[in-house]
Amino acid sequence: MFYIIGGVAVLSALIMVTNKKPVSAAMSLIVVMFCLAGIYVILDAHLIAALQIIVYAGAIMVLFLFVIMLLNIQEKEGRVAKHKIFFQFTWILATGYVFINMVKLIGAGDLPARMEGNIDGFGTTRVVAEILFTDFLLPFEIASILLLAAIVGAVILAKAKIE
Amino acid sequence: MFAELIEAIAKILFIFGVNMGFFAPILGWVERKQSAVMQDRIGANRADILGFTLIGLLHPLTDTIKILTKEDFIPAGANKLFHTLAPFISLTPALITFAVIPFGGQYEIFGHRVNLVIADLDVGILFIFAFASLATYGSVLAGWSSNNNWSFLGGLRAAAQMLSYEVAMGLSIIGIIMVYGSLKLTEIGAMQVDLFKWGIFLQPVGFILFLTCAIAENKRVPFDIPEAETEIVAGYFTEYSSMKFIMFWMAEFLEVVTISGIVTTLFLGAWHLPFVSGEKLLSLFGFAGPNLSIVLLMLTNIATFFAKVIFFIWLQMTIRWTLPRFRYDQIMKLGWKIILPLALINIFITGLVMLLK
Repeated sequence: MFYIIGGVAVLSALIMVTNKKPVSAAMSLIVVMFCLAGIYVILDAHLIAALQIIVYAGAIMVLFLFVIMLLNIQEKEGRVAKHKIFFQFTWILATGYVFINMVKLIGAGDLPARMEGNIDGFGTTRVVAEILFTDFLLPFEIASILLLAAIVGAVILAKAKIE
Repeated sequence: MFAELIEAIAKILFIFGVNMGFFAPILGWVERKQSAVMQDRIGANRADILGFTLIGLLHPLTDTIKILTKEDFIPAGANKLFHTLAPFISLTPALITFAVIPFGGQYEIFGHRVNLVIADLDVGILFIFAFASLATYGSVLAGWSSNNNWSFLGGLRAAAQMLSYEVAMGLSIIGIIMVYGSLKLTEIGAMQVDLFKWGIFLQPVGFILFLTCAIAENKRVPFDIPEAETEIVAGYFTEYSSMKFIMFWMAEFLEVVTISGIVTTLFLGAWHLPFVSGEKLLSLFGFAGPNLSIVLLMLTNIATFFAKVIFFIWLQMTIRWTLPRFRYDQIMKLGWKIILPLALINIFITGLVMLLK
């Protein structure tokens, strides 16, 4: 099951990167998000899976698509062509590095099996919330404040342009 | 194991049959007939077999024949893949979300435990939100891929509207989750035994906000600017014909049913009858023996649930034929400036009351 979902995710990610049509690329990215949610379900993290779909696939990607459609972005070959050799070189280096690491990881042993012997009711909303509001309260609150600051910043930037 | 498999298949077939076989075709007729009644017309009554019109009930049948024999047309310059994919993306979430809505409680029949919900997930209501949010892509892609300016406008409007109301809908439901302390729809349903524990009494504001957002999310009048036939032909599905056209309609009607199901489960006591408890009913059915009386209780509960669902379908149809369409700016103002703050205040007050109790 992991290999099927993971394979589809990798394939769609490749399509997303190589596709020149913005809408097709965005749709492939949604498939990637969906596959990630599937992997979370395999790992018994149902809440994270649901949130993954709601936040990323359901909200953020709709906004992406909305902006792509609104600005009517066309196929572009663009500036990258100028430094073609440089980019190709970087690309090969980066993928090669990831690939080697992946081979090492797969060779090292079994892929993460189901989380057994973990906390009782692992992945359920109650347990996740409890951990979030006790052990990880400080990071959680800091992340919230960071997000709030980002929202305020976005509003200020958008307002300045209107005036 | 074998019994569980049969149980699961039976439940899936039941829900699928009720939705696709009963609600989807019948709602088309209800919509026409109710609009006719409300506008003082006689309504759909022309289709007949040997002179019997059956108060227009044959119209869904004639519709089906017409749709199956029509040409499936893809306009020139359209994106073929997405044009074909869009109606499926619209219909699938409408069908899938009913999987987590319980249409009855838990019963012990012949030593076998029956839980009347297809998938009793821990994330429950979040599953519905997850898949409901995916329905947006159906409309957006349909509008974009049709290569038609009206469709494109409809798609843009659909994206903006559905995104806005998704936020408000998520917040409007938090009050009820706080009160019952669970995301599981089966648990929320089971807790509403007493009439005064129904969600509509504990969360009246949440109820109104959620119903409004849900109708907006379903893009029905008064929130039908993505479709708006007087402005942009038929909005995002202007360029669709035949089976694909009807899939958009089926998605809309099934979402009406799903919304009714969610509202019933969260706010209207799910499968419980008011004033009559389960034990009372069970003793009433005592004449039928220990096992059959539970079966009777189960059937009563299922009937109660669907009676409430049908009531909400009627309510939504009435709203649809009563109110005029909102303007785009009115919809945005209502969503962001009225419903969203009200939902936040509702959460705050709910928390305050729970803290002081």
